[in-house]
Amino acid sequence: MAKKDVPLRWDRKMQQRLARGEAAALGELYDRFASLVHGLAHRVLGDERAADGITRDVFAHVWEHPDAYDPKQGPLRSWIATLTHRLAVQRLRVTETAALARGGPGTAEELERKVRHASVAARADYIVQSMPAPLRAALELAYFQRRDYRQTATDLGVTEDEARRRLRLGLQLLATAHDAGSPGAPPGYGGAA
Amino acid sequence: MSGAYEENEGFDRTDGNGGDAAAPGPGEPETLGKPDEPDVVGGSADPGGPEAPDGPVPLDGAKPAPRIPLPRASVEDGEDPLPSPGRTVPLVLEHPVLKSLLGAWALAACSPEESAAVDEHLGECGACADEALRLREAVVLLQRPESLDLDPALRTRVLEGCLERRPPRIPVPEWAAPYDAETARLDALLQDFGDSEWHAPVRLRWFEADGTASRRTTVAGVIAHLLTVDGLVAVALGLADPLGEITAPTPAPASRTEAYWRASHYPPTRAVRGPWREQSHGIVRTASFTGSRSGRMPVSYGDFELPLHDAMLDRAFECWVHAEDIAEAVDYPYEPPAPRHLNRMIDLAARLLPDVLAARRLAGLSPGGTRRHLVAAGEPGRSLRLEIEGSGGGEWLIPLDSPGAVGSADHEVAHVALDGVEFCRLAAGHVSPVEAAAGQVGDREAIRDVLFAAASLSRM
Repeated sequence: MAKKDVPLRWDRKMQQRLARGEAAALGELYDRFASLVHGLAHRVLGDERAADGITRDVFAHVWEHPDAYDPKQGPLRSWIATLTHRLAVQRLRVTETAALARGGPGTAEELERKVRHASVAARADYIVQSMPAPLRAALELAYFQRRDYRQTATDLGVTEDEARRRLRLGLQLLATAHDAGSPGAPPGYGGAA
Repeated sequence: MSGAYEENEGFDRTDGNGGDAAAPGPGEPETLGKPDEPDVVGGSADPGGPEAPDGPVPLDGAKPAPRIPLPRASVEDGEDPLPSPGRTVPLVLEHPVLKSLLGAWALAACSPEESAAVDEHLGECGACADEALRLREAVVLLQRPESLDLDPALRTRVLEGCLERRPPRIPVPEWAAPYDAETARLDALLQDFGDSEWHAPVRLRWFEADGTASRRTTVAGVIAHLLTVDGLVAVALGLADPLGEITAPTPAPASRTEAYWRASHYPPTRAVRGPWREQSHGIVRTASFTGSRSGRMPVSYGDFELPLHDAMLDRAFECWVHAEDIAEAVDYPYEPPAPRHLNRMIDLAARLLPDVLAARRLAGLSPGGTRRHLVAAGEPGRSLRLEIEGSGGGEWLIPLDSPGAVGSADHEVAHVALDGVEFCRLAAGHVSPVEAAAGQVGDREAIRDVLFAAASLSRM
């Protein structure tokens, strides 16, 4: 429990400092979350400049409306991820719709599929980043380094049972990326955090 | 460095070419009931152990099983949900064991026998089949993370955009901005470092007694150095001294650093990053609260002191210089500071030069004085025009004969032109005054004195 309290206290304090108009707090907020925000936006939009734009919008929103975050609803990190997700998906839909209207290739259904795909991919990224480090380490070994679960167990210094458990649990968490329903629905950035 | 991801750039397990599963290599069917491997699925207590304990049973004329596991077939390759069954006689495993294997199975990270046993089971168990499908769909979502290298200029742009939309009630003082930016830049460089980077050797270099001095340490050791010397500013602002219980013989930067290094039984590790970053954030924050009032407050460096706003500039400069040392040690690119911050750093060096010239003269390090012409304090004196080229550059008139004199174009006796980054390398002791690429016109002795004085601004 103590482990959970510390970040929440940081979150509350950060919110108070932002509300007070402390520019140094904004800098600290950026230092903590910029790579998360930029990474998610980039995953959705696949474009550096567009991701820069979303990063600007997200921090501007938090700075202008620090009270919009309610610490009771969960960690600041999830809230910022949700906000980023929403803004990035919104922008993707707007640019894709505009391209379609200009006579670009594709259909409305394809557009929806693309949006949904980008949305799930970004959520999956977030889940991987936020899952407990032992699960992430097991998945990295098994997937990216092609270690089997016995080798994974050896690498991590755990039993084979434990390696199997971590791989399964990690994938179970990751599978929840598909669970948000329609792309317009709240993407549920709380669960894995 | 998230090397795990980068090394596998071309590796795509989701492009259902079906090769592996559809056409098993010569080694694939060999894997029958290896009697030496029952422990992998639950140990001797497992009642459902290998069914075929009588040694390898070659199928399709395959060779007997090798002892070493062969490369795994990618289960999720191919369109058909299950790899062609019947090639191996599956192990018989209990439901809980099979269920526990689902993650490894979906990742193609179990032995072929286990994989076959799971395949067999999925035909009979709806719950496991559902989960298996779900987990395999999850595997497709594993991707290399997006590049973490954010453009450092983005930070400035984003923060400025925010502050325009809602002006801060408690701004970061302008003189603290270079330190804020440089510490953020260095922290971003450190972000993806693994142990090998943290322990990469670094040689700190500076100019001392008109020669190059150096000290070996590691990347983590450099951060410890920044932590202890930034600590001088922290202490002046009323924050905790990072040295804690450790007592340094003198409050000078090198002495503090050596004391900190000595006090630890082990060389510094990546664990030093947190305290360093927390302190640098704390410094910016506290400087904002004390505001413009505190800018003149003295910060002691032991044998000299600087007003807080200059000390913060000095720390920003040191942060950049050591970030370059680190970047060089791990072979990463690193850019100079933003031009307006670079300009402030050069300005600080230019303002410090008259005092250093005087100190060198006193110490007998400067033959100068032959042409020395003393004037009353506040009067224009013999001057050198320091022209710094490039973005962040400018011109400074350095009074040569006394810190009390005022630089004057009418009394200009020499003109030196240097690139801004080159000048900073000189002031950091990374380029020797004789080697610095400088355009020179006028009094050679004055030029030599100023270049040597610039180099002796450096310290560990």
